[in-house]
Amino acid sequence: MTGEVDPTIINLTVFVLAVFVGYHVVWNVTPALHTPLMSVTNAISGIILVGAMLAAGPVETDWGVWLGAVAVTLAAINVFGGFLVTQRMLEMFRKKDKKGS
Amino acid sequence: MSANSVALAYLIASVFFILALKGLSSPLTARRGNLFGMVGMVIAVVTTLTVTKNWALILICIALGGTIGAVVARRVQMTAMPELVAFMHSLVGLAAVFIAIAAVNNPVSFGLPAVLPMGSKLELFLGTFIGAMTWSGSVIAFLKLSGRMSGAPITFGGQHMVNLILAIVMVGFGLWFFFSETTNWTAFATMTAIAFVLGFLIIVPIGGADMPVVISMLNSYSGWAAAGIGFSLGNPMLIIAGSLVGSSGAILSYIMCKAMNRPFLSVILGGFGSEGGTAAVSDGTQKTHRSGSADDAAFLMGNADSVIIVPGYGLAVARAQHSVKELAEKLHQKGVNVRFAIHPVAGRMPGHMNVLLAEAEIPYEQVLEMDEINSDFSNTDVVLVLGANDVVNPAANVPGSPIYGMPILDAHKARTVMVVKRSMAAGYAGLDNDLFYMDKTMMVFGDAKKVVEDMVKAL
Repeated sequence: MTGEVDPTIINLTVFVLAVFVGYHVVWNVTPALHTPLMSVTNAISGIILVGAMLAAGPVETDWGVWLGAVAVTLAAINVFGGFLVTQRMLEMFRKKDKKGS
Repeated sequence: MSANSVALAYLIASVFFILALKGLSSPLTARRGNLFGMVGMVIAVVTTLTVTKNWALILICIALGGTIGAVVARRVQMTAMPELVAFMHSLVGLAAVFIAIAAVNNPVSFGLPAVLPMGSKLELFLGTFIGAMTWSGSVIAFLKLSGRMSGAPITFGGQHMVNLILAIVMVGFGLWFFFSETTNWTAFATMTAIAFVLGFLIIVPIGGADMPVVISMLNSYSGWAAAGIGFSLGNPMLIIAGSLVGSSGAILSYIMCKAMNRPFLSVILGGFGSEGGTAAVSDGTQKTHRSGSADDAAFLMGNADSVIIVPGYGLAVARAQHSVKELAEKLHQKGVNVRFAIHPVAGRMPGHMNVLLAEAEIPYEQVLEMDEINSDFSNTDVVLVLGANDVVNPAANVPGSPIYGMPILDAHKARTVMVVKRSMAAGYAGLDNDLFYMDKTMMVFGDAKKVVEDMVKAL
């Protein structure tokens, strides 16, 4: 074997391992919390915000930058909306615990 | 920051995302998990700011989006959670498409070579097409869930053929895009447009009660879209976060399909019962059912030792969760053992009922999953079915029935069954429900909220 490993192969390695981690972590989520799971994963997929920031980043402003700016806004809605609504839901589950115990 | 420090910071953020999901294994750790997620996101965003410019523009956009997100998160009704989730999936999809277009336009700003190599083009193709399908599919799901569009499956002849041909054409344009020496906008734009249309066509034939699968599937797509963009940008954090979300959505889809005993493909291809329609034909005999008033029902429950309440989509539609809580409390005061039985596909998204009951502050330990409570139905005095139908249909135990094999809540084994429903209409599967015609069953017709309020008054 000679030469360097193609970055795509390294990315693929990361990808496959992450899918395994996701698989095992998510099976442990209690069914009662499946809705919060969806909203928190929504927030996490807002990580695409990072890509959007790079798109909006170049100083020489052309239409690609504006497209990036719109993407930043959309992703930010997801990040904030997702985490906050999850928090709101989880507060409700906490109230119950207090009463129950 | 150096490229290495950035990569390390991204690694830390990724670990926080994993911890966020891990926290959800119990309601006790869930809030901390959510906090971990937020921390991870802050690390990711701040780190990215150090390597990008145009801070003013970016921060303004984040503030704008953040404000919208925060307001929506605060105002949304818990009964409207499925719509909100669908709406947010659509945003991820659209953002992915925009980022991919921006990357094709100006690869250098993403650290890619000015002339895109084939590998990057393939990755951009994947990110764009998954993103586009996520967007249009989620928009349809949103319209259906919020009632702005009929929840009924829309099917037409040759539907699958049309989808297949479109998919092939799309891949064709994708190949043209790969093999063009320069940036081939025609190919890229056409391919994106077809992906939008495909997302639309794939979700349109899927009916209302299959929404738990659809919404989980779109959840999964939105994750894969993020991962796809991560591949394009060579960013492991995006790949990790995207894969976590992708596998989470895939697992939820699997759980939902299993709970309906339907193969994933048949749900995705849409139109329950469209393949035959021989099932619901009545056998000629007029079946009789017994109906009673809310007062009668309240009387029976008040004198019972144990009551199990089975909530369904009807509860969410009527927003009856708070009245149900009152009912449960009244019964509890009378010494009745009240519990709730949740079928995995009750409602329009995974865990929908649990959240509604949590909102009404119904104690956690009274709310049980199907496997935990099914054996208890046979020694329960009264089962109150609130706006659920197919999930308690004993036809699931009859070989040859279209829903044969679907795991159900064994409501029919209880001593008395009370069903609150608006009419005798069949459920989503288009099947008559024998439970309604049993001697021990009493039908209480009306809006779930109204009926439950009357019961509370009568107690």
